[in-house]
Amino acid sequence: MNPRYILGRIGLWLSVFVIVSPAILFFLWMGSLSLKFEIDNASYPPVFIPEHFAWKNYADVFASNRFLTYFSNSLIVTGCATGLAMLVGVPAGYGIARMAAHKSAIVILIARITPGLSYLIPLFLLFQWLGLLGTLVPQIIIHLVVTVPIVIWIMIGYFETTPLELEEAALIDGATRWQVFRHVALPIARPGLAVAFILAVIFSWNNFVFGIVLAGRETRTLPVAVYNMISFDQLSWGPLAAAALIVTAPVLLLTVLAQRQIVAGLTAGAVKGG
Amino acid sequence: MSVVTQASPAAAENNAAPAREWRPPSYWPFVIPALVVVLAVIIFPWVFTIWMSLQEWKVGSPTVFVGLANYLRLPTDPRFVEAVGHTLSYTALSVVLPLVFGTLAAVVFHQKFAARGFLRGIFIMPMMATPVAIALVWTMMFHPQLGVLNYLLSLVGLPPQLWVFNPTTVIPSLVLVETWQWTPLVMLIVLGGLAAIPTEPYESAQIDGANFWQVFRFITLPLIMPFLFIAGMIRMIDAVKSFDIIFAITQGGPGSASETINVYLYSVAFVYYDLGYGSAIAVVFFLLIVALAGLLLYLRKRLLWTSALGDGA
Repeated sequence: MNPRYILGRIGLWLSVFVIVSPAILFFLWMGSLSLKFEIDNASYPPVFIPEHFAWKNYADVFASNRFLTYFSNSLIVTGCATGLAMLVGVPAGYGIARMAAHKSAIVILIARITPGLSYLIPLFLLFQWLGLLGTLVPQIIIHLVVTVPIVIWIMIGYFETTPLELEEAALIDGATRWQVFRHVALPIARPGLAVAFILAVIFSWNNFVFGIVLAGRETRTLPVAVYNMISFDQLSWGPLAAAALIVTAPVLLLTVLAQRQIVAGLTAGAVKGG
Repeated sequence: MSVVTQASPAAAENNAAPAREWRPPSYWPFVIPALVVVLAVIIFPWVFTIWMSLQEWKVGSPTVFVGLANYLRLPTDPRFVEAVGHTLSYTALSVVLPLVFGTLAAVVFHQKFAARGFLRGIFIMPMMATPVAIALVWTMMFHPQLGVLNYLLSLVGLPPQLWVFNPTTVIPSLVLVETWQWTPLVMLIVLGGLAAIPTEPYESAQIDGANFWQVFRFITLPLIMPFLFIAGMIRMIDAVKSFDIIFAITQGGPGSASETINVYLYSVAFVYYDLGYGSAIAVVFFLLIVALAGLLLYLRKRLLWTSALGDGA
């Protein structure tokens, strides 16, 4: 071991530490806030690890009468919006890739560039006319604005890289297009399905802007519910931080567990998105 | 849509066609459901928005066609003009800082070290986490009396700041959150670029005795330029549209010091319910994003030209 190499390794680990620490420290601090009683959260200098953990902050969040409603709202909206997007987006990605209809990607690009709020004005009016406000349907539909382009975009990329020979052979053997898609193309593209699904779930779950306009008292999703907590109880940080952590915990867990798929999807989508 | 012309001849059942004349089957049935969805939730809102922007349209009162009046109102609306300024400064900072930090982080993550995948997973957590949840914790951290950031400043001997509660520091403070959140995306894109670089230039640089900085400046940086450009483009589009973080932390305040176009658009459309004017803002906002993207493309062409010249000399 020469000293230059050792010095290089130390330097590398120091830089890794510096780079990762803003993320680690932030989430540790979030956890710390969520586990402290008000006395600890209001003390200066701040307490990092309290003497007594306030597990009751979490219990309070779960016990609050509406939390389960909001949680199930989030599950329904994200579940339906992702399911529908997979249902229409995966075949569409296949069709676009096979037709080499690259110009159709412009629509997806426009969707990517358009601010979410601009969809809201016309769709808000439409939902009002249809009398759908007050149900979860408007949010499910508008979340398609987020999920459908993600799924189509990622699936185009995957179907473009899967080999054509097998599909052509199956077609000549008399299989229908649908059979080819279902039994040849789809199984090969399974990793792509996972990537599209995970990213659609995360971006739908995290969405906030559609909810603040379209959600009523009973139809709030979790991000909107947490936002409303900020405005109402500015002072009790513990339960607030606990609620925030509960909202984002599923996503964080998914990120760490599926980081390979997420990285693949984001870089593919991002690089092609430019 | 030029796609239509491409596939229509194959619309008939192709099973009957003999093998000689075998033509690729039509894939239209695969695309139609998505097309319906896209028409309903993306194209229709766009057409409707443009039409609405020509109306005087307030919730609860009858609509009147006013032509371009909503658009002409924009330059005379001081709040809108200010919002454009806030958006541009917010965007410029939120593009440049993540690009710098993301590139540095990518260079580090390009090295081999233990638990790299896991640490990369940790590193990308800020951009995957729910923005509102993050905003809430940052709000607590920015608190002038009890916030942990002022405590950290005091440790290094700096005076306490008002962060998002001071009109002059509110935009930099929000950019801090945006940078923390989106540096990982730049890192991932640049990391993809680094993985694609051939090893030969590095080997010859090593033989020539180039130092770390020289290698980075003269080999790595030019080769990852296209990826930096893409990252910058995506960052620009997202930063211009940034809403969740700003809205959840400051709601455009204090006063209107951090009111960007998107936040103002929200107020006009869903607080004042002035939907016609809001639609005009949405259209202009979209055009602004397209114009900024065009400007970046133009800059890239210029840069490519000059760097090609520089390398050749």
